[in-house]
Amino acid sequence: MKVQVLFFASLRELAGTHASQIVVEDGATVADLWGVLCARHPAVEPMSTSVSFAVNQEYTDRDHPLADGDEVALIPPVSGGCCAEADTDAC
Amino acid sequence: MFDIRKTPLDLDELVTAVSDPEAGAIATFIGTTRNHNDGRIVSTLEYEAYPEMAIAEMRKIGDIARERWSLKKIAIAHRIGLVPIGEASVIIAASSAHRVAAFEACHFAIDRLKEVVPIWKKEHFDGGEVWIGSQKGAAFPAGQDGPSR
Repeated sequence: MKVQVLFFASLRELAGTHASQIVVEDGATVADLWGVLCARHPAVEPMSTSVSFAVNQEYTDRDHPLADGDEVALIPPVSGGCCAEADTDAC
Repeated sequence: MFDIRKTPLDLDELVTAVSDPEAGAIATFIGTTRNHNDGRIVSTLEYEAYPEMAIAEMRKIGDIARERWSLKKIAIAHRIGLVPIGEASVIIAASSAHRVAAFEACHFAIDRLKEVVPIWKKEHFDGGEVWIGSQKGAAFPAGQDGPSR
């Protein structure tokens, strides 16, 4: 089956692409897909512990089973808003 | 209203969006781009979003806040692309019958936004650039509804 993978921010730069169609085996999970992506784009592998995943725009677990046509987004640690959390003078 | 846009944010627009004849208070929060972070002089900030999901997550934050603080209305707008120093990157407005609810809802919404809404910030500084958040520890464990505060 085929899934659409979206890369954002640091992961987009590491992978060198924003979107990619990936073929995975039937029954594959999000974790299986990540393994395929790490093999194809070794530069993303260091993000293994920090990446989160969304399937069809919902945060999901790594053992979530994929379905044909799913949109899987790779979500690096988010940092929207205004200022760094660690700052003592954070807003 | 929940919005992500490449153009400058307008406080009046959000205030108007949450105005309500039954409200006795409107609180607003404006996050602005700061010229320093982590000992560096920051020249520009750049934001990137997963827009469809970011709007959906903002809507969830709005639903939680409306329910928890019995708000009249809440609006969140985030700017993406290059945002010059000193300008607004995010604005939140909340209206409620009494002031405490509106204040607390704004505080909750910005904290939650920074945890779960898929928007990323890159700092450009003299000698380099860095995606904030990606250089340190984990996002929240997958499958959970994000960390609570």
